[in-house]
Formats: sequence, C-alpha cells, structure tokens
Amino acid sequence: MIELKNIYKSFGDHVVLEDLNLMINTGESMVIIGRSGIGKSVLLKHIIGVMRPDSGSVAIDGTDITMLSIKDLDKVRMDFGMLFQGAALFDSLSVLENVGFQLFEYTDMSAEEIRQRVAECLAKVGLKDIEHEKPAALSGGMKKRVALARAICMSPKVILFDEPTTGVDPITGDVINRLIRHLHDTLSVTSITVTHDMTSAYKIADRIAMLHDRRIVDIGTPEEIRHSKNAITRQFISGSARGPITNEEGSGA
Amino acid sequence: MRPFRTFAEKIFSGVRGRVIGFFAYIGGLVTLFAQTVFWLFSPPLRKWQILEQMNKIGVASFPIVFLITLFTGIVLALQSAYQMQKVSAEMYIASLVALSITRELGPVLVALIIAGRCGAAITAELGTMKVTEQIEALETLSVNPVQYLVVPRFLAMLIMVPLLTIYGDFCGIVGGYLIGVGKLHITHGMYIKMTFDPLVIKDVMTGLIKSFFFALIICLIASYEGMNSQGGAEGVGRATTASVVKSFMLVIIADCFFTALFYFTVE
Ligand SMILES: Nc1ncnc2c1ncn2[C@@H]1O[C@H](COP(=O)(O)OP(=O)(O)OP(=O)(O)O)[C@@H](O)[C@H]1O
Ligand SMILES: [Mg+2]
Repeated sequence: MIELKNIYKSFGDHVVLEDLNLMINTGESMVIIGRSGIGKSVLLKHIIGVMRPDSGSVAIDGTDITMLSIKDLDKVRMDFGMLFQGAALFDSLSVLENVGFQLFEYTDMSAEEIRQRVAECLAKVGLKDIEHEKPAALSGGMKKRVALARAICMSPKVILFDEPTTGVDPITGDVINRLIRHLHDTLSVTSITVTHDMTSAYKIADRIAMLHDRRIVDIGTPEEIRHSKNAITRQFISGSARGPITNEEGSGA
Repeated sequence: MRPFRTFAEKIFSGVRGRVIGFFAYIGGLVTLFAQTVFWLFSPPLRKWQILEQMNKIGVASFPIVFLITLFTGIVLALQSAYQMQKVSAEMYIASLVALSITRELGPVLVALIIAGRCGAAITAELGTMKVTEQIEALETLSVNPVQYLVVPRFLAMLIMVPLLTIYGDFCGIVGGYLIGVGKLHITHGMYIKMTFDPLVIKDVMTGLIKSFFFALIICLIASYEGMNSQGGAEGVGRATTASVVKSFMLVIIADCFFTALFYFTVE
C-alpha cells in the first residue's frame, strides 16, 4: 500500500502540492488526471523518492521513504519501475543496455539470457530488432516504448507511468493500455498512471484521481468519475474551455 | 545621512550575499567529495567505466599535452636564452627549463588543459543527463548517480592527471633540449647533465602532489556543476562555462597556496 500524507512541495515561491493526501492499494491501477503543469509528474516523483516533499510523508507498506537512507531507499526502489514523461533513456547506452540496465547491474544472468529477456520486453511494447540502436536514432514514440520496456524489465511490483500513451499512434496506444491492464490482471502489479487521455484512463483504471489546485479534488472508480458531481472533474473530462477551472484562471486566482 | 546608509547597506548585503554564496558552493563541493569517497568504497567498482574514462581523459589528451608543453619548453628556452646569452650562461638554460617545467608549468598547464578539455566535457555530459531526467532515471533504477557517474571520472582523473603531468614534464624538457642543443649549441651530454643535476626527486614530487589536487578540484567542480545544472540547453551551457572558469580560478589559487606551502615547509 502506498500512502501519501499531507504532502507539501514548492519550488521557490511556486507552491505545487499543498496538503495532498492519496492512498493507493496494493494491486490497484490508479490513474491520475489533471491539467498540464498542475504537478502530476512531481507527484509521481515523490512516490518513488526522486523528489522529497518539503513536509509530509510517503509510506510504502508502512515505511516512510522520506526518512530512509539512500541505500535503504535504493532497496525499496528495486520493487519499482518508472516510465518518465520524457523517456529519460541513457543516451550513451544502446537500447539493449538501456532496457537490460538493471539485469546487467543486479543479476548474474549471462549476456545471452539478458538479450532474450530484453527482446521479450521490447516485443511487449511492439518493438523488435532495435537492440543495437542508440536512443538518439529513435523516434519520440519509440523512445517512450523503449523506456516502458526498461520500466517493466525487472518485473517490478509497482510501476509508475508518466503519460505512457502521449506521442504514440492510437494503435500502439492501445497496445500500451492493454499491456498496463495485463500487468495488473495477471501479475497484480500496482500501477500509477498519469494521463491526459480519458479514453485510456477509463480503460486502465480501477480508480481515477483528479489533481487540481495543489491537491486531489476528486477520486473514484471510472464510473463514478464519469458521473461525478464535481464541477472541476466534469469540465476536465468533457474537455470544455468553459467551466470552473478556466473561470478561476480568468479571475486571476 | 540616509542615502549613504542605504548605499552602504546595499554594498554590505551584496558582499554578504557573495560570501554566503561562496561558502555554500564550497560546502556543496565538500559534500560531493564526501559522497564520492563514500561510494568509492562501496562495491561494485565499475572497472570498465573507469578504464573508459581513463581513455577519454588521459589517453585522448596526450596529443594536446604534447603540443602545449613542448612549445612551452621551446619558448621558455628561447626567452631565457635572450637574457642568458648576455652573461654567457646559456648552459643554465637546461636547469632553468627543467626546474620551471617540473615544479610549476607542467602541473599547471596540464591542469588547465584538462579543465578545458575534460572538465567541460564532464559538466556538459552530466548537465545534459540532469536536464533530461536521466539522473533521476538512474535513481529510480536503484543506482546511485554519484557512484555510477562521478566515481569513475574521479578515479580516472586522479590517476591520469599526474601521469599526464609526468609526460608533460618530459615533453617540456625535450622542447628546451631542441633549442639548447639545436640552436644554442650546448652539447648533448652537457644539456642532459645540466637538466638532471639540479633536479631532485622533490621537484618532481611537489609537482605531482599539486597535479593530484588539481585533478581533484577539476573533477569535483565539473561534476558538481553538471549535477546541479538546470534550465535546459541554456543552463547546461552556463554550467559548462562556470565549470571551466571556476576550475581555472581554483587551480591557480591552489597552485599559489601549494607553492607557498612547499616554499616555507619543504627544504
Ligand atoms: N525541478 C523543478 N524546478 C522548478 N519547478 C518545477 C520543477 N519540476 C516541476 N516544476 C514546476 O512544477 C509544476 C508542475 O510540474 P509537473 O511537471 O508536475 O506538471 P505536470 O502536471 O506533469 O504537467 P504535464 O501534464 O504538462 O506533464 C510546474 O509548474 C513546473 O513549473
Ligand atoms: Mg508531467
């Protein structure tokens, strides 16, 4: 179980998260939606500990990771995988070395076994025969998928996806949605997905949380969100330019 | 009275800001140094990466070190010949070149070359990794960025810079020899004798101690600037400039400090 309690985070004067609370059950597929620049990526980075909150706690199965030493935190992270919004592939390494990064680092698998495992992971995201390319030679969508393959390579128990379907074609998008759902159904992976794309949100979510104005303003099953009474959520999912979100921006708040 | 006070306050707070900034920076470097030493002794030590960095920093710098120290040796011999010939003391040019190269110019020139050539490259590489979230990605993969990125570069620098200094010393002396024997007609035997007679092991050692600390300074500043750069390509550019400028300054300050230290302590 992942529990975020009273998280505050600001960059200089710019407060991004304020008194944010969120609980994600083990094996659950949580989707976080919200407008661009609202702090979704920042929230994900708090869950895996690459950003530390100014105050508040992030508890993973009861241990507060904001208090852990770097070495203990690294141990906790072994159960985590993360797909970054900008892919964040290591550009000095080949696709093989990127995807198999942790296999090379932490297992004594032979080079051949690693190659096979990497090929399997790449196949899951619809890629093949690109093991020897450098990331610079890949398209944006391909980078994203390679990064996705890297995130799932060690079969982590918790996976954080930052906009997995942004920048890929609709077919690949569906492949990725199915993959996330598949990981959840068969391996009972806990997944936390950030997305703008409501179609994929409905497809993959057990629950959807709406992040707005520094905190979670609405949370519920896809069905509940679809019929939410919250005006902010309603405006967001209908994708309308008029509503409470834009009104408050118009009044300069 | 009032305008004066605000003016004074302004200057004072400006100075205070600078001083605090300076100490915060040194604090950051010291922290990075402590982390580097800590991770240096926690396995695994990435041998391949260390070798790769030694190649990039050391082997690839051989040509430019050769060129710069050789020409410095030549220039040094020519410039001193200009004076020495007046008192018919050309022979002493050999000693002069040997001593000034090994004690001073070798270590400093090599440090400046490495700061410009490799320090900048380290900052640019780590800075790009920072702004494209690759460093955060390393962390999510349970690999410590200091251990993975800084330690190999640190070790490679500490090993290669002193070695390059020895090589540079040699090239500089060869430069002096070319002029001394080729142009000033000092005999081969005489030149060698005048080079190595006054040169004691202490001269070479103090030079190497200096170059060791220069390597430390360059690597720490380069890594620190890189890992703390922000603001996209522009930020990486700024960090790279800062890295080279700060390395140059600290290398020269450290040089002055060590020269004084050796002058007053080592007999
Ligand atoms: N390292 C940082 N330094 C300073 N400000 C930051 C940093 N990271 C994020 N921010 C700020 O935090 C806010 C939230 O950023 P975040 O990347 O989480 O947005 P997001 O919700 O993921 O948006 P998008 O959907 O466009 O990815 C932004 O206003 C951004 O300017
Ligand atoms: Mg984002």
